[in-house]
Amino acid sequence: MAIMSFIFVFFFFSSLQPILSLYEDQVGLMDWHQQYIGKVKQAVFHTHKTGRKRVVASTEQNIIATLDLRSGEIFWRHVLGPNDVVDGIDIALGKYVITLSSGGSILRAWNLPDGQMVWESSLHGPKHSKSLLLTTNLIIEKDNSLIVFSNGRLNAVSCIDGEVLWKKDFEEESLEVQQVIQPPGSDFIYVVGFAASSQFETYKINAKNGELLKHESTAFSGRFSGEVSLVSSETVAALDSTGSILLTISFHNGKISSQQTPVSNLLEDSPGLAVIIHSSVTGIFAIKTDAATIFIRVIGEGKLEVVEKTNHETVVSDALTISEGQQAFALVQHAGSNIHLTVKPAHDWDSNLLKESIKMDQQRGFVHKVFINNYIRTDRSHGFRALIVMEDHSLLLLQQGAIVWSREDGLASIIDVTTSELPVEKAGVSVAKVELNLFEWLKGHVLKLKGTLMLATPEDIAAIQYMRLKSSEKSKMTRDHNGFRKLLIALTRAGKLFALHTGDGRIVWSHLLQSLHKSESCRQPIGLNLHQWQVPHHHALDENPSVLVVGRCGPSSDALGVLSLVDSYTGKEFSSLRLVHSVAQVIPLPYTDSTEQRLHLLIDADKHAHLYPKTPEAIDIFQSEFSNVYWYSVDDDNGIIKGYALKTKCSGNVADEFCFDSRELWSIVLPSESEKIITTATRKLNEAVHTQAKLIADQDVMYKYISSNLLFVATVAPKASGEIGSVTPEESWLVVYLIDTVTGRVLHRMTHHGSQGPVQAVLSENWVVYHYFNLRAHRYEMSVIEIYDQSRADNKDVWKLVVGNHNLTSPVSSYSRAEVITKSQSYFFTHSLKAIAVTLTVKGITSKQLLIGTIGDQVLALDKRFLDPRRSVNPTQAEREEGIIPLTDSLPIIPQSYITHSLRVEGLQSIITVAAKLESTTLVFAHGLDLFFTHYAPSRTYDSLTEDFSYALLLITIVALVAAIFVTWILSQRKELQDRWR
Amino acid sequence: MAAVTPLLLLLLLSSAPSFSSGSRNAYNINGRVKIPQGLGTKGYALPGRMSNVKVLLNGGQNITFLRPDGYFSFHNIPAGTHLIEVSAIGYFFSPVRVDVSARNPGKVQAALTENRKGLSELVLEPLREEQYYEIREPFSIMSLLKSPMGLMVGFMLAVAFLMPKLVENMDPEEMRRAQEEMRSQGVPSLSSLLPGGARN
Repeated sequence: MAIMSFIFVFFFFSSLQPILSLYEDQVGLMDWHQQYIGKVKQAVFHTHKTGRKRVVASTEQNIIATLDLRSGEIFWRHVLGPNDVVDGIDIALGKYVITLSSGGSILRAWNLPDGQMVWESSLHGPKHSKSLLLTTNLIIEKDNSLIVFSNGRLNAVSCIDGEVLWKKDFEEESLEVQQVIQPPGSDFIYVVGFAASSQFETYKINAKNGELLKHESTAFSGRFSGEVSLVSSETVAALDSTGSILLTISFHNGKISSQQTPVSNLLEDSPGLAVIIHSSVTGIFAIKTDAATIFIRVIGEGKLEVVEKTNHETVVSDALTISEGQQAFALVQHAGSNIHLTVKPAHDWDSNLLKESIKMDQQRGFVHKVFINNYIRTDRSHGFRALIVMEDHSLLLLQQGAIVWSREDGLASIIDVTTSELPVEKAGVSVAKVELNLFEWLKGHVLKLKGTLMLATPEDIAAIQYMRLKSSEKSKMTRDHNGFRKLLIALTRAGKLFALHTGDGRIVWSHLLQSLHKSESCRQPIGLNLHQWQVPHHHALDENPSVLVVGRCGPSSDALGVLSLVDSYTGKEFSSLRLVHSVAQVIPLPYTDSTEQRLHLLIDADKHAHLYPKTPEAIDIFQSEFSNVYWYSVDDDNGIIKGYALKTKCSGNVADEFCFDSRELWSIVLPSESEKIITTATRKLNEAVHTQAKLIADQDVMYKYISSNLLFVATVAPKASGEIGSVTPEESWLVVYLIDTVTGRVLHRMTHHGSQGPVQAVLSENWVVYHYFNLRAHRYEMSVIEIYDQSRADNKDVWKLVVGNHNLTSPVSSYSRAEVITKSQSYFFTHSLKAIAVTLTVKGITSKQLLIGTIGDQVLALDKRFLDPRRSVNPTQAEREEGIIPLTDSLPIIPQSYITHSLRVEGLQSIITVAAKLESTTLVFAHGLDLFFTHYAPSRTYDSLTEDFSYALLLITIVALVAAIFVTWILSQRKELQDRWR
Repeated sequence: MAAVTPLLLLLLLSSAPSFSSGSRNAYNINGRVKIPQGLGTKGYALPGRMSNVKVLLNGGQNITFLRPDGYFSFHNIPAGTHLIEVSAIGYFFSPVRVDVSARNPGKVQAALTENRKGLSELVLEPLREEQYYEIREPFSIMSLLKSPMGLMVGFMLAVAFLMPKLVENMDPEEMRRAQEEMRSQGVPSLSSLLPGGARN
């Protein structure tokens, strides 16, 4: 008996209930999190002190971050607001990172080791201007000071507490200040600029108190254009507005003298329009023309000399002072698959301090920026390291001819994501590598068991964690039974396509798309979206799946489109097309051809429809479904929603049988003086709905109105389309519509008085949930609308079913004009929202949860049952049994249901849900600056064992049970024998 | 948590004319975030470490950070009603409604939107701490016994130990009768299934 009970105790350890939320030691088991900073705009090294070497970077995504120079890891990072663009960064006093942002109006100091903000100053001025940040070692009133020029005012700011020590306004209307210069070792400052584009002005200012010492100005015949380049602390170089005359202006001691040199004098062939490249190398400046980059040296009194002319893509770094009076700068040039990094001293162009050639991945494109830093080698010579920013936004550190580390920061700006299946596992491959030997397997499970019983030592816990994270099962490159392993294909703003493995988030391949590459015919290519082009599963299994990348050559909607087809297994771009029409909309059609390529309809700006792929087979398939294709367009600016169908082949002058004219079916014009469209939402195309019927409390049935043509539109009063607090509740309202996009019928319209945007909405099955701001209560609200089909309600009658007098088998059509009823309810919600999504499962049986991206960059899972319009304060017994929650005025926030647990997905933009093959589980991918991926089971994993399940325990239990049976059998036999003898 | 609520003082909003010399309609909002010591000892945000706290105005339109002493300010804010939210991992803050008055500068009102409590000074404190993980219960016999499996086992043990006792107290005659009855009904008895059942 003792044995039996022991076994029992054992047995139920193994079946402890799984819990919806996570235990702390389960972090990283199903989820992964990657942090990025975006495309680096400016970088400052901090390597002087002993201790950790860092680099401080500001990026185009308004991030300020410090990275470990050894590994590229992030020490700390702050995401500034969307309008808080960083203008300049620097390090002051060796311990503060100074940032100037918001058009020069906010100056902040951050503690270098831990990123704590130390002080913040708000700088204002008389007018808008260029913002310049200059750190000096000037000491004013015992404080080290910074010189900031912004908004037409020169400020001296204390480094210690951010206090403004003195300020000087430059109110002259036409003055454009270009540079603020402090000649080394002096205690005055030059402010240099243009007035009325043709006068050159210098102001000499006492750095101690802001007093104007001298003001000089000289007029020029031509006009200045663009930037000036600082040649020395008292000389600048500039170009005139025609781009053909170079000016070197020196203002020694406030006296302006200048030299004009036509660019054509320096170069034999006419270079065309030139621009000055910003650099700060003493004695040398660079101009860039269409064909070449030209380096020009200034000799003595304004004499110019061309030192080098390069035809390659060349990037120059800023000057770096390596020793007293000696400056160096770096040049990076491309040559085939290599890049050449050259470091030269500023005074001598012909000698090199360093010349390295580094093999560079072609998929990173051109070098965009380079920052250099030096260190003293053991032999007291200078060594250099260079940080380079590539075309795909990645960041690399080069040192001693090798890439020390690289960061894929392009992933901080994902435009669109789709998924792709992995290849099917072929027999006899990779299995052997995965299976451990029995002993190790058992040992692992014994460790796990110890963990469950809370008996494990810290070392054991570490071992368990390592084992779980390493589990090669989840990062295999083949399809799995549960559909957890997939490829996430992400298109970034740099025009690069990445494939990430869902198991561990590693990059499987990445490809810089040729079609989105800058070229003569396509000057400003931008990626738009991704579609699954070919998903082979029945007929064409030997084909690899592929994705369609849609882009266009410019920001306006009538720019010509570009298409790329990319193999999802290898990342090879097997087809790239420049279209002759624009792309306003892409409609994936529910038809595929014999090789399982999906038919896509591209709508251009003139409302012509173009069919892809352009094959005769596609056109045959399409012709038969010609009359079933409908689409709609939303014109936000004019408040018009229109529905279209296809008419005939294009009537244009070119015979293009893949082009079709459209006809307008319906249009809804919203009154522009009272309503402005701010949000629309539709159902996901791939969403599965298990059943149309919904059983309610008293054995009754309601039929959901399920239509894939449902469109949710939210409009606000034009006045209220601004930010919160700009309008009173009386003059703002929010109107929501549910529209059938085939017939243009408005199924439901509702007004929320005293509410305003921004509106985040999600539409799924027969309901829509949206989030907005209630000005009266001054709180956020979430509302739900559910829509039911009343015309099917009669089918409840059993007799009708028996007689056959029912309409259950009649096809669902938008034209049948179903009678619908809607139910709606609103609740308060605490946080602002950045994104909202809903869980998606393969068959749609599992109950739904909303995934809410909060303002704190966390993702909260909220059961849809909380947003059920049938909630009431006192539900009846029957309703309680059905699972209706008593009504509360606000939605609960349960910390354990944050699926991102204690992590932040900084800059959260969107949440993508993908169904796994296992019905209970949704794959959730949230992206912004960071990436986060996890598996989520809205109703727990009812169809599989959890990760925690210990097979070893089960095995031990079974063995023990069998042993016990034998032992007890022997015991009872013996007892029986004794009984018989008695 | 009860200790926290009384500490919720109020808000002080000042329009600081010393800085805002630009447009007449721009005001500054100054306030303070205070995370009481004792809270946050469980790890996410160490007490006193405020570098990961963000303060957001009107749903992220402006973002600012805390100084080491917890003070924050928003510059150049137009008059009107605004919403301030605090984002800090590990704590739940209520959004705060802030009215910046244009008519009498300096006069401002603030209130927590979650519980409509007015604040006279802009000191924001977390309403509660947020625990993102389930706590693993330490191993205890009681929790095992209370689980459904535990109850099942308990019941089975009871049957295994108490049933023989009951049977012992029965009259042997009666028992035989009962057994015969059962056999005649063809109900398979438990004892016949066990190895020891061969005795019958």
